[in-house]
Amino acid sequence: MHAECSRGLGSALVGLAAMVIAASAAVAADPIRIGSFLSVTGGASFLGDPELKTLEMYIDKVNAGGGVLGRTLELVHYDVGDDVTKARTAVKRLITNDKVDLIIGGSSTGTTMAVVPLVEKEEIPFISLAAAVVIIDPVKKWVFKVAHTDRMACGAVFRDMKKRGLNDIALLSGTDAFGQSMRTQCLDLAGSLGIRVLGDETFGPKDTDMTPQLTKLRSVAGVKAFFIAGFGQGPAIANKNYRQLGMTLPLYQSHGVASKSFIELAGESAEGVRLPAAALLVAEKLRANDPQKPVVTAYKTAYESKFGPVSTFGGHSHDALLIAVDAIKRAGGVDKPKLRDAIEKTSGFVGTAGIVRMSAADHMGLDASAFRMLEIRNGDWVVIE
Amino acid sequence: MRRWLFAPRTGGFLVFLVLAVALPFVLPNAFFLDVAILALFNASICVGLNLLIGYAGQISLGHAGFLGIGAYASAILTGTFGWPAPLALAAGAAASGLLAFAVARPILRLRGHYLAMATLGLGVIVSIVANTERELTGGPDGMAVEPLSFAGFVVEGEAAWYWLALVLLAATVWLTINLVDSPLGRGLRAVHGSEVAARACGVDTDRYKVIAFTVSAVYASVVGSLGAHYVGFITPADAGFMRSVEYVTMVVLGGMASTFGAVVGAVILTALPQLLSSFQDYEHLVFGLILMLTMIFLPRGVVPSCAALFRRRRAP
Repeated sequence: MHAECSRGLGSALVGLAAMVIAASAAVAADPIRIGSFLSVTGGASFLGDPELKTLEMYIDKVNAGGGVLGRTLELVHYDVGDDVTKARTAVKRLITNDKVDLIIGGSSTGTTMAVVPLVEKEEIPFISLAAAVVIIDPVKKWVFKVAHTDRMACGAVFRDMKKRGLNDIALLSGTDAFGQSMRTQCLDLAGSLGIRVLGDETFGPKDTDMTPQLTKLRSVAGVKAFFIAGFGQGPAIANKNYRQLGMTLPLYQSHGVASKSFIELAGESAEGVRLPAAALLVAEKLRANDPQKPVVTAYKTAYESKFGPVSTFGGHSHDALLIAVDAIKRAGGVDKPKLRDAIEKTSGFVGTAGIVRMSAADHMGLDASAFRMLEIRNGDWVVIE
Repeated sequence: MRRWLFAPRTGGFLVFLVLAVALPFVLPNAFFLDVAILALFNASICVGLNLLIGYAGQISLGHAGFLGIGAYASAILTGTFGWPAPLALAAGAAASGLLAFAVARPILRLRGHYLAMATLGLGVIVSIVANTERELTGGPDGMAVEPLSFAGFVVEGEAAWYWLALVLLAATVWLTINLVDSPLGRGLRAVHGSEVAARACGVDTDRYKVIAFTVSAVYASVVGSLGAHYVGFITPADAGFMRSVEYVTMVVLGGMASTFGAVVGAVILTALPQLLSSFQDYEHLVFGLILMLTMIFLPRGVVPSCAALFRRRRAP
């Protein structure tokens, strides 16, 4: 009886598989196939959701404008949640089954790094949307990234501190992926920029009170400024606690809270707080002659007219897609080695994350100017020049 | 001869082997083979978990924790400390086994919701440790795992991995169906039927439960190690709560107290989401519908319900 049952099931599965293959074979070979795997559901959906919406919107836009080299773009997307095994399977499927020409995706560092060996082995151009610096350092032949790194955010904060003579600081970071990455990168970078981290505490992403950590850091002698690096509501709570304790030293937050909801959560306690942010966040406040202004305002208007408040994460897939389109044009097609070389030669491309100048040694091509320092005044952002 | 052919121990195993050996020759490309490998790995875990859930009637919502221990043991010991892969795998399995053995007695005294909570906690602790011990585990971003190699021979490519995963599953299934037909299996089923009655008949219920828990933990750990080598990357989510729930779902869907049920459940739940992804946005909807319909019309799980149906039809 087991035999009957499993045999029936087996043939049903094979049948379904055949359907899938037939469906993918029926598609004409003409369009340029862009493969994508994003974390649209699960814990990292705040990344994947705007990324996928942006990707779909801009692919439609490119197609409405006549496509690339007379060919339309076609998106093949799989949702992988925050599961690295699913990410790997999805990329295998994109390469061997869907035969895509290039891959954009990997919302998180984990899902990106899990597919890097596969992408390198199969030799297919891959533009990651994740942040960590390990993705492109050391340089991997077929792997590129568009998002600014946490290390650059640390650099922006530290340089601003240095300018104000605040060399000795205390660091309070979250224990989630973002906070931990910030902590590691900041501690690593501090020495070379002449910053001394005298106090170093952490908080859990679901903590509701950071008074103990702040009290402990307050008692550290010689601290001239505080830096809170976290994502979500934790940093807002810490910010409130900071003011409740009557602490007055200059306070910095990270780009993890660069959204209006932080000002709403932290309320009055956010006054005077400085933080680094991508240009996208302050699109309309940029100077008229800022090279990024037209790009970020165009993207922001397009996204917000359709989906609601813009996020920097969606901006990453905007950049990745347009870099790819630009490279396909220069390569004159989607021959993989030529396309890879063309992406590597991307220079002067103005995206939402900054001005991209890639090279054989730098597969991201963003410099420190990608981050703007902001200060919160009267419940709004002010760009510090 | 006919009895022999229809007994799950022999006939069922034979059919399973024939199907599994034939499979790679009909799969069109590496992607399908990849899904098949993952299905085989999941099946190995579920066969072990079924020993605990299906036969002994105890629930574990923390089984991915043992998977995580195996995976991280292999990743850290081979990557950071340069141990040979088989040794790291054995060390992980030993650690999982010891942990399971140590906590089994206190935990398995609990029943129902309390047991579910305790096992859930065990799994969550593992993923928290993986999350926070950044220096060792790479934290939430995860860590890369070396390819599987022993004595200079590297397991590479889908085909090699498929055969390895198949040998593992075949060994697991063979071991389990023999275990179930032994005094141990009968003891486990007695515990499931009525623990008090089993005790009254002189069955050492605690001992049987501990054995089932430990054996299933070791299975999970071994698969965790091999899976980590295969995927080449692990994150704390691999040891997380959702993963544990997935395994329990596979066992329940396939059919509790049926070793081949666990295999079928794992294969269905691994392959189905891949096949459904052509439904795009409706993927989860269709997936949920299939699960619901299965549970309504095949309440004892796919394999036992099918078997009962088949038997009824054959009966005069």
